[in-house]
Amino acid sequence: MRHAGYPGNVRLCKTFIYPDPEGEVQQKPAAECTGKMTEVFSKANGAQSGRTCLSTHEDRSPDVYWDEVAKELDGLPDGALNIAHEAVDRHAAGPRGEYIAIRWLAKTGETTDITYTELKQRSDRFASALSGLGIVKGDRVFVLSDRIPELYVTALSVFKIAGVFCPMFAAFGPEPIKARMTIGAARVLVTTERLYRRKVAVIRDELPDLEYVIIVGENNDSDKDEAPGGTCYFEDLMRGAASDFNIVATRPDDAAILHFTSGTTGTPKGAVHVHQAVLAHYATAKFALDLHPEDIFWCTADPGWVTGTSYGIIAPLVVGATMIVDQQEFDAQRWYQTLQDQKVTVWYTAPTAIRMLMRLEDTVPGNYDLSKLRFIASVGEPLNPEAVRWGVDVLDKTIHDNWWQTETGGIMIANTASLAVKPGSMGVPIPGIEAAIIEHSDDDKLDFITDPDRDGELVLRSGWPSMFRSYLGQEERYQRCFRDGWYLTGDLARRDKDGYFWFVGRADDVIKSAGHLIGPFEVESALVEHDAVVEAAVIGLPDEIAGESVKAFVTVRDDCEADDALLRDILAHARKRLGPAIAPRQIEFRDSLPKTRSGKIMRRLLKAQELNLPTGDVSTLETYS
Amino acid sequence: MTEEEIIDLVQRTLFSIAPEFEGEKIEPGSAFRDQFEIDSMDFLNFIIAMHEATGVDIPEVDYPDLETLEGCVGYFQKKHQAPKSELEGE
Repeated sequence: MRHAGYPGNVRLCKTFIYPDPEGEVQQKPAAECTGKMTEVFSKANGAQSGRTCLSTHEDRSPDVYWDEVAKELDGLPDGALNIAHEAVDRHAAGPRGEYIAIRWLAKTGETTDITYTELKQRSDRFASALSGLGIVKGDRVFVLSDRIPELYVTALSVFKIAGVFCPMFAAFGPEPIKARMTIGAARVLVTTERLYRRKVAVIRDELPDLEYVIIVGENNDSDKDEAPGGTCYFEDLMRGAASDFNIVATRPDDAAILHFTSGTTGTPKGAVHVHQAVLAHYATAKFALDLHPEDIFWCTADPGWVTGTSYGIIAPLVVGATMIVDQQEFDAQRWYQTLQDQKVTVWYTAPTAIRMLMRLEDTVPGNYDLSKLRFIASVGEPLNPEAVRWGVDVLDKTIHDNWWQTETGGIMIANTASLAVKPGSMGVPIPGIEAAIIEHSDDDKLDFITDPDRDGELVLRSGWPSMFRSYLGQEERYQRCFRDGWYLTGDLARRDKDGYFWFVGRADDVIKSAGHLIGPFEVESALVEHDAVVEAAVIGLPDEIAGESVKAFVTVRDDCEADDALLRDILAHARKRLGPAIAPRQIEFRDSLPKTRSGKIMRRLLKAQELNLPTGDVSTLETYS
Repeated sequence: MTEEEIIDLVQRTLFSIAPEFEGEKIEPGSAFRDQFEIDSMDFLNFIIAMHEATGVDIPEVDYPDLETLEGCVGYFQKKHQAPKSELEGE
């Protein structure tokens, strides 16, 4: 049976087009591409003519495709592969050494440029420092910070020592931080003094594996106190460390990155990614984001989420581009100013941000020179057709939506520069990825849906390089994600007759707010820790900006007055524990919560009631067991 | 609106969105996002609530003016002092 691959067997030809060191584009002759050359991109989609080499030819297996991608990377002797070598050291050793790898825009307005050579030097030094502390292969190094240069240096240093890099979102409260660091058995935390004092100091005693807390900054400021007890300063360690470091020869399947994601039940899931993922970061950056070495690339996602690591750290560096890192949170006019002033050519952002930009008057973007901007992509949740049309009308650019998950490690399905965009669709599977729509049959087998436009679960043929290799410490939960050689995504989708995929919804109760998954259980657990709360149920409600916003229903003890003061107290409690990114935006009292016969709270029924949907249909979705 | 009324309204609005900071003193010149743990969605909800409470239309280009207490005071005083014709858009 054939499943959806790239329509018409269009595959990425291995001969990308590179600029020479002087920046001149050297176009390789079409004859070098196998098969019949077909240029199918269009200027209307924002692609530069002649820049992406596509060919149509007989189907190649994904393995052959990924082998070809691997040839474009350096690798290390004896089949070793390390993300940091591909992202930084190989560029530092070559003609790109003096190119700007990172341009950092501080909140204060100052700009700092870091070349590939400097990034190699700083990551070598911090790798030496970590090594000197006795941090070894497989040790988990967590980072809790906003977007500051040390975050990026730490990521690369951890790859160099064969440690596992685990970034956390700075807006997490102490509870999500504790849960993640406990599951990950964090040995090192790199953070800022402010975040440490606010969020980590209170839970430090509960983190027995945590040996080192490294505070960004240095101890030579007379106004500054000593480093908080049991911590040391980043720059102090750097000063005492050797200036060069031999990258550990990691195997392709050695763990490199730990990202947390949420399920409907239980604790957060720690998805482990390996060094080999760099193949997918590289290939998808080129294919799905049209990214080239001479590009100035801005991924607006925070590295605390998978997008901000795969495409906000690794992919642009592996390609050899210049990436913009903005420390500041969203600000519509600052963003336009940044696109203009930094001459951003490729921009990867999220539907929530786009919808916030759409709130500005349509004349505003016209005040900025966005002529350098060539390609816009979006990820996080389906980009609504209005937003795609707004892009064309107001920015004069098509916004290319794509789809992937924490577990997939990289873009899997995309509207690429070379295909016509269907507004509202997630696009088509990228080369090397096979996707299908299935139904679960009664005998627990996969029934593949071949008819167009029929809803089912989206599945991917397992084995691509950036596929997650475990949920840390939860093997059974990991195994449940796979069946008959396919990864079950938990997303419902359909495929149209042209091979485009359309997102339908989640197969579970996970909430998607501002592009990020929020596990209702994690929120409910924090709510019931409030003295007055007996039970809690958390759902996502449609929100015109964030996609969904978190709403909680709670029942309270009989002796508690369900009044406004208590509501505020519960909200304050939840926000303090969880942080604003995860905490509910609204809380409502209920006398009781609807449950199944087995006592499971029926979140979907609450949601249906809230949205005035027919509840009869919804209740049948709930599993009675 | 007087300065005191605006300060009171900002406090009530901000602390209804982020009640965990209730009772803390708002530093007049520092951005709410820096002083308190609030995110972009909180800030947007703050703007919407301020619009609903004051009746003042707040176009998004003006959002940066409302990132601090000082900024809010200046902004709403100006809007309320503006001649009626200006408020109506002439």
